[in-house]
Amino acid sequence: MGKTNAWVRDRRAEEVGFGSENRTVRGEKVSRASRLDRLIHERIRLGIVSALAVNTALSHNELKQLLKTTDGNLSVHARKLEDANYIECIKSFDGRLPRTIYRLTPAGRQALENYLNHMEALIRATRES
Amino acid sequence: MASIRPIRPPSDSPLALEARAMDNLRYIRKTMEGASSFTAVPGWGGMLIGITALVAAFIASQQPTPALWLGVWIVEAAVSCLIGAVAMLQKARKADTPLFSQPGRRFTLSLAPPLVAGALLTFFLFRSGSFAVLPGLWLLLYGAGVVTGGAFSVRVVPAMGVAFMVLGAAALFSPAAWGDIFMAIGFGGLHLIFGAIISWRYGG
Repeated sequence: MGKTNAWVRDRRAEEVGFGSENRTVRGEKVSRASRLDRLIHERIRLGIVSALAVNTALSHNELKQLLKTTDGNLSVHARKLEDANYIECIKSFDGRLPRTIYRLTPAGRQALENYLNHMEALIRATRES
Repeated sequence: MASIRPIRPPSDSPLALEARAMDNLRYIRKTMEGASSFTAVPGWGGMLIGITALVAAFIASQQPTPALWLGVWIVEAAVSCLIGAVAMLQKARKADTPLFSQPGRRFTLSLAPPLVAGALLTFFLFRSGSFAVLPGLWLLLYGAGVVTGGAFSVRVVPAMGVAFMVLGAAALFSPAAWGDIFMAIGFGGLHLIFGAIISWRYGG
């Protein structure tokens, strides 16, 4: 019960705070341009994009260590980012071992920049009110 | 029966939002700092420095006087600094982000003090005629700079620094005549090996 409550509360906060297009934070409008990109709002995906933003390329294992996650979890999230064309995924073989390398696309870099702007705008809006 | 109420009221207040936004920004920064160290040190530049150092070691070993010998290594040091600077700038441009500059600057700032100390000590030690200790001193100080500069970097960078320090210590306890060989192994060999590892594993 308590758990469900917390979950509902979290969802609500997310919806009010980060959700729909034109919201107000104590009267301050957070503009529509800085609308939240849910795709990289998720922690692991945000981590992948952030790490790739400061590297030309990272391997699957490097990302896994960096984000302290599992193979499966990383693959699933990387796949979603790949589907959105935020990252590109290059698969090759190192001897017999498959080796996956990820790179950030210009669209992905733009998405991260938008996300940062969004967070900044949110903080500014609260401070000003 | 008393109803169960959450300790914290459901909150969608602006302050909670701000805290979440701050938390997100902190997470991004932490991830970038953890990952960005991959790029700062140039692999190809290191290999190029290694090649020039091998050439310099050969030329230096042919010199008849200690002054000429020192001259060769000073020229090599200047050439290496130039190659290193150009390689780092190029790598930064390739990464194409201002966020990159942080680890690069940190590496340079950590490397510089031991090199300045080394230059001053070289001047005074040479004047007092004890040039036999110079190769050991240079390897040791350069290694120390790379270890501190690479402390937040991928493990190969501080590992390279430790290798330089071990070699420098060995050089100090070895006959003076082996100086150029130690210089060739260190500034030539170690740069080539670690430069290759860095460029292969971390790009550029």
